[in-house]
Amino acid sequence: MTEIKKGLKDGIPIALGYISVSFTFGLQSVHSGLSWWEAVMISLTNLTSAGQFAGLDILVRGGGFWIEMACAQIIINLRYALMSLSLSQKADKSVRGIHRWLIGFGITDEIFAVAMGNSKDVSKKYLYGLIFLPIVGWTTGTLLGALAGQVLPTVVRDSLCIAIYGMFLAIIIPPAKKNSAILKVIVISVLLSCAFKWLPLLNQVSSGFVIIICTVIASVVGAIFFPIKEGEEE
Amino acid sequence: MSLRDFFIYLFIMAGVTYLIRVLPFVIFKGKITNRFVKSFLFYVPYAVLGAMTFPAILFSTGNYVASVAGLITACVLAFREKSLLTVAIFACISALAVNLIYMAV
Repeated sequence: MTEIKKGLKDGIPIALGYISVSFTFGLQSVHSGLSWWEAVMISLTNLTSAGQFAGLDILVRGGGFWIEMACAQIIINLRYALMSLSLSQKADKSVRGIHRWLIGFGITDEIFAVAMGNSKDVSKKYLYGLIFLPIVGWTTGTLLGALAGQVLPTVVRDSLCIAIYGMFLAIIIPPAKKNSAILKVIVISVLLSCAFKWLPLLNQVSSGFVIIICTVIASVVGAIFFPIKEGEEE
Repeated sequence: MSLRDFFIYLFIMAGVTYLIRVLPFVIFKGKITNRFVKSFLFYVPYAVLGAMTFPAILFSTGNYVASVAGLITACVLAFREKSLLTVAIFACISALAVNLIYMAV
């Protein structure tokens, strides 16, 4: 099997998962007042879940929150920096020059995880194959969700908006079960986030900054009190 | 929101996200050795998703009871390590069921 075919094949399950997650992004975007093509453009150019959902919250408030948007994206997507760093060690010598700039666009949690799962170093052809279908799936799902949002009854639409949070829980609960440090970091972050929602003064802080503050404090506490052991990351 | 504002936001979101991904891939060849930085980055995804999920999930379906039903369903299934898709679908079904009951009574 050629490298590119192997990449495409490995990308199929990722693409299928992405269609469903981005469906809820399309749905929620239209629900928040964006038009379908705006939702599709965001998905095509960002290719990330948490960053887009947080970005949507800021975007719908209207213009002017430029710095907040940039800071929110930096903090929420900071994990990609670590992933692309690891992936740069795993890419073979065919991945050089312009190819690094192109392939770098497609580093998501799932694509990273699958690429790192290969026993040997990965080539540029494999990586292009791997990235292609997830991008198609992410964009198509957004389009379908945005279109469905215009025809689905309100009660169904409202109920579907919980989907993304269900997925977030499915990502964080299994590791929290096995690693009590992760659980503690999550609890700290959640308590802070609730404080920013319900306590006076704190509830004046806007949503993008709340996520940044909660993430930084909880992760710093984690890094100080529960530093990871060698080889524990990923 | 004006079209101009939308495109400024789009440019910021896409640009920042792209640079975060691509710069380490292009620039760094060595490994991070600082234990604090590694630990911090290790915890970031969990902290982000925790803060994004709570308390927002409670307001996600327009009805607290439906949201709590979806939340409990999602927690139980996630604890049993079901796939992302399974957890999401059953959370939606629970929320929808409660919302439909509210509509009927």
